[in-house]
Amino acid sequence: MNTVTITMVKQPQLFLEADLITPDQFAGKSIEAIGAIEISEGKIKYPLASFAKIEGVSGATAAETKIVLNGDLTRVKRIGQQMTAGEIIINSNVDMYTGGWMKGGKITVNGNADSFTGIAMAGGELTINGNCQNHVGSAYRGDWRGMTGGVLRVTGNVGNDIGTFMRGGTIIVGGDAFIHVHTHGEGGTIIVKGNIQARVGGQSVKGDIFVNGKIDFMMPGYKYVEDVEKDVDGVKAVYAHYVGDLGERHPEAKGQKVFTNLYLKK
Amino acid sequence: MQEVIKHVACPYCGACCDDLEVTVDDGKIIEVKNACIIGTEIYHHASREGRVGTPRRRQPDGTYKDITYEEAIDFTAKMLIKAKKPLIFGFGSTNCEGMAAAGRVAEDAGAVLDNCASICHGSSFLAIFDTGYPSCTLGEVKNRADVVIYWGSNPAHAHPRHMSRYGIFPRGFFTGKGARGRKVIVIDPRYTDTARCANQFLQVQQGHDYELFDAFRMVMHGYAADVPAIVAGVPKEKILEACDVIKAGRYVHIFFGMGLCHSDGRNHNVDIAINLVRDVNEYTKCTIMAMRGHYNIAGPGIVWAWQFGFPYCIDLTKGSVAHMNPGETSSVDLANRGEIDAFINIGTDAGAHFPIRAFEKIGGAGIPMVTIDPSVNMAATVSDVHIPVAIVGVETGGICYRMDNVPIQYRAVVKPFNGILTDEQLFDKIYERMQELKNAGIECDGTWDYATPLADVRPIKEVYQ
Amino acid sequence: MTEYIIKNGCVIDPTQGINGQKMDICIKDGKIVDKVSNSAKVIDATGKTVMAGGVDIHSHVAGPKVDAGRLFRPEDKLFKSPNRKSNLRMEMGFSVPSVSKTGYDYARMGYGFVMEAAMPPLEAAHVHEEIRDTPIIDEAAMPVLGNNWFLLEYFKNHEIENAGAYASWILNATRGYALKCVNPGGTEAWGWGLNCITIHDKVPYFDITPAEIVKGLIETNEYLRLPHSIHVHANNLGNPGNYTTTLDTLKLVEGYKANNDFGREQVMHHTHLQFHCYGGDSFKSSSFESKSKEVMDYVNKQKGLTIDTGNVTLDETTTMTADGPFEYHLTHLNHLKWTNVDIELETAAGIVPFIYDPKTYIAGAQWAIGLELPLFAKDKDRCFITTDHPNAGPFWRYPRIYKWLLSANARNDLIKNELKYGDKVLDTTYIGELSDKEISLYELAQMTRSGVAKALGLSNLYGSLKTGMNANVAVYDIDPENLPSDPEQYETAFGNVFAFFKDGVLCIENHDIVNYSMPKKTVWVNSIVPENKQVERDIRDKFLHSYTVDLENYAVQEEHVHNPYAIKVDITE
Ligand code: SF4
Ligand SMILES: [Zn+2]
Repeated sequence: MNTVTITMVKQPQLFLEADLITPDQFAGKSIEAIGAIEISEGKIKYPLASFAKIEGVSGATAAETKIVLNGDLTRVKRIGQQMTAGEIIINSNVDMYTGGWMKGGKITVNGNADSFTGIAMAGGELTINGNCQNHVGSAYRGDWRGMTGGVLRVTGNVGNDIGTFMRGGTIIVGGDAFIHVHTHGEGGTIIVKGNIQARVGGQSVKGDIFVNGKIDFMMPGYKYVEDVEKDVDGVKAVYAHYVGDLGERHPEAKGQKVFTNLYLKK
Repeated sequence: MQEVIKHVACPYCGACCDDLEVTVDDGKIIEVKNACIIGTEIYHHASREGRVGTPRRRQPDGTYKDITYEEAIDFTAKMLIKAKKPLIFGFGSTNCEGMAAAGRVAEDAGAVLDNCASICHGSSFLAIFDTGYPSCTLGEVKNRADVVIYWGSNPAHAHPRHMSRYGIFPRGFFTGKGARGRKVIVIDPRYTDTARCANQFLQVQQGHDYELFDAFRMVMHGYAADVPAIVAGVPKEKILEACDVIKAGRYVHIFFGMGLCHSDGRNHNVDIAINLVRDVNEYTKCTIMAMRGHYNIAGPGIVWAWQFGFPYCIDLTKGSVAHMNPGETSSVDLANRGEIDAFINIGTDAGAHFPIRAFEKIGGAGIPMVTIDPSVNMAATVSDVHIPVAIVGVETGGICYRMDNVPIQYRAVVKPFNGILTDEQLFDKIYERMQELKNAGIECDGTWDYATPLADVRPIKEVYQ
Repeated sequence: MTEYIIKNGCVIDPTQGINGQKMDICIKDGKIVDKVSNSAKVIDATGKTVMAGGVDIHSHVAGPKVDAGRLFRPEDKLFKSPNRKSNLRMEMGFSVPSVSKTGYDYARMGYGFVMEAAMPPLEAAHVHEEIRDTPIIDEAAMPVLGNNWFLLEYFKNHEIENAGAYASWILNATRGYALKCVNPGGTEAWGWGLNCITIHDKVPYFDITPAEIVKGLIETNEYLRLPHSIHVHANNLGNPGNYTTTLDTLKLVEGYKANNDFGREQVMHHTHLQFHCYGGDSFKSSSFESKSKEVMDYVNKQKGLTIDTGNVTLDETTTMTADGPFEYHLTHLNHLKWTNVDIELETAAGIVPFIYDPKTYIAGAQWAIGLELPLFAKDKDRCFITTDHPNAGPFWRYPRIYKWLLSANARNDLIKNELKYGDKVLDTTYIGELSDKEISLYELAQMTRSGVAKALGLSNLYGSLKTGMNANVAVYDIDPENLPSDPEQYETAFGNVFAFFKDGVLCIENHDIVNYSMPKKTVWVNSIVPENKQVERDIRDKFLHSYTVDLENYAVQEEHVHNPYAIKVDITE
């Protein structure tokens, strides 16, 4: 795998949109061609090179291309958007939409990421070694097809709307979540190792939610079934198993209603 | 000579009462009949002393100097072209013609176009994106509804004639008994004046409407037995009682207000309400409606949906396609995050309605600002340029959309004060000026530093020399 | 105004019986003329097809429910909107395009007139606002009247003159064009969460049946001598087994004759017939099948009818109709978001996104049924191509439908290679039976131009290249003497007109929109009837007691109608 290293040398006045920073776009391009890739600040389009130093070589395909981003990327949006393969490592905080609509490959953020991280993600691995804001692994507005695949891991805390309209894949949160976890979910798995204030699994149709900490306010629509032992992200523990949301529609499989499972660590 | 103008629609709240009678004498408004107190006030404001009759430019010492429309338009056009990401926000008191004209300007300028919904009922839009909007016009409520629910809204104060014209008291085609034939349920954290008119009042714990809706939905899905003893501060019996009333209704209607849109998880408070409506339709007819605040705050959503496909928070900076994602492209978020470099505040008072922190950010960053508003509001007092415009519904007509999205054709009752322009005329002139400036080679090259004031306004002729 | 000469093209104009002859078409001052001066700008149409501008009889392009469809589907825009061309406005949306995209795309297909299919009278001003902002195309809109309380009461009492006076008032008040009828009675029943499935189901309270409503509307329409016939979307749309309801509805025309001065022959236009030709008892069972032949057998015999197809294009789209109960039913099938607007005293509307997925049997069968209709149609002047935009697919897919009709190969390929249940579709529909049938370019012109204009009573304005006509002219990259071997070329050519004139203004030149600011008309019918005190009283009464707007604010004010073009029909003369 070849590596392209991008180091921010200049900060924008506003924010940069860098949806073309992906292995797919970089693959097979010379450093000059990569430097000419468009990023925009408001209505102005700049070549990437006007904000960053670019070194290394790209691979022939996305899968063979690794991008390392250094410097301060706090004001850069959309890195890794729609990527299908390869790898991105971001050694900084980063702004919104990181790994949005990604289909494959791997992104690691060594820092915090803002909102809409992994929005409508369909595959690959997205790891944030830090905190995230809201709408992690959520759907785009109005779309009933939210996250459908892949693994989205946040080691720190997250805000609201985690995995809204989720249909597949896994979200693992190391810290706490605020409110709305797996809202409108229709599949997939969410693991929150810390606490959640409220609204876990509201309007959820099916899927699995694991919570290792406390939920301050349970949804009334979740009903206790039994205690079960579960292996969650490699650790075995006993969980209280609830099903719900009893206020939501649920599909049937083999004559049985399928509910969302909420497992609360004992 | 006195003249009575009838069937005038009120340019105040989303109820858009269109039965007002306004008496004018020699261009002055003498009397307003049929309007409520707050509606009457807007008409008297028009004839008040102290209105601004010309555009004004702020001076270095903070005072304001009158300038010509040409100068004000030139400043605005130049600012829109030069800025990398100008924001045009407001439209709480603009007619649809003005909004359409603004849409054309915003697209040409590569601006972000947003309206007041973004800080009030915007969360309802998010809910509508996710779950749809099974609604109706207000006449359906009047003619058919025998169960009316006000959830998180207090029309007694915010929409004074709403209950008498549409919600509780009117005698309609199938509802000849009026209020006596209607069961009214009010759900609110406070015992409001609206609650006084209710048959049932459920006092929901502040911020826990979502859980209460879930309990209602559990009952509709046949899980009444599993509802906990108390949900969101409301005892189970009261929930079951309310559900019985709903199921027994022939036509159930829910009006929801800012109470749902202003607490945490706001959009989901509304989308679960909408999902409850879907559930209730399994038993009986049920519809829902947002209690929109301003008389034409439904307008921008409608106009911009046909222009761009989005109702608000429309980022047109890309030039190729419009992009919308509240949380990112919403005015308050843009201001808070420092994502804009010019600001037009139109038909609202961002000074009064933005969260203070967000407004301070704009002021603190020295972002150039233009206020377009008939009156001197808070935002106008800190703007570089203030452009007065005619008051819609008083000095100019136009189409406005009632809270149920019914278009109401507004009427002018007096001539515009001092011959000032309408919003539509103003935006069309800004558009023309932008074309002139662009043709003269003025463009956005990214070098403009918004914190240094724009070059002094010069008469148009001079610019061309 | 500039003169133009479209030189040496193969002209197809069924109104003059011209079928591919090489001719020049001359344009001067917005009209088609016999000759122009030497200074006329030349458009070289050698090896190309020249037709009159297209005419769309049924498309949901402007108004409250179209806009609600735009508003509630941000995901219909995301990654799905084409990039703006430098000289044009943005073009947003896939299934429910913005007004700019609507105008541009119709022009790109060579269309000059579009009928907005459903205008709720109470919200007419909204429709006209959108028409104002839609570039290029002339438009008209049909007020929805099949569930209107005034008419239900008049029909119940057999008061056709009163119904006529009221309908005439509505046409004038809304600046409307024709009497539209959607799910007669069923939409009023939906006010209570109910529906009317057959034409003999009683409407709650009003004590009238759909059959009586349809007959009442026909009588009213012919009494008013309107240019268009009543325009019907029958009961029981979209349900397996509904073809019997459809036949029952169509047969209601028996005994009626068209009464007008516009050359219209039918007394009922039935729209999006594809949705009404289903056999079987459920979408889930394998009994679902095509009954297009049974329905078209009747249509072919009955001169009093015209139809449009409502072709399924196998896309993700947005369904929207004044058939409120149907949309409620649909949201239960696919569990997607649902918008509904019941409109006081008048009508309703429902909107639900829908995916016609070629991997499902039902979508494949619906696709086949839609194509069977025009292939079975004997009289191509009575069968028109639509997608009931956006219900069965977006209108800008018309060129794809033309391809499937002009080329049997294109159709058969799709059955084999793209439909997952192609074999089953062949078993349960007639598409296999029609596997070698193709329509000609001449027939296509009938189904998209001459026939449509005639059915709308607009033969004087659209659908023809006769001298004196408004110069709406489309030039396509198709050589009738050397038809393309690759059917894809049909789709490309019909979707990217080589040149297009709107009212004599060159709108598209060399495939690019060069001008979209020409004046566009709002066509409406100014119906004049004898004074009717009773109806005036009834109107005042209903506004006093039931409506929530003042009578005086109901009619669309002149200033809100964009460039109106009135067709006057005076029955008092
Ligand atoms: S209720 Fe609202 S619209 Fe009606 S008069 Fe009062 S302020 Fe005006
Ligand atoms: Zn239709």
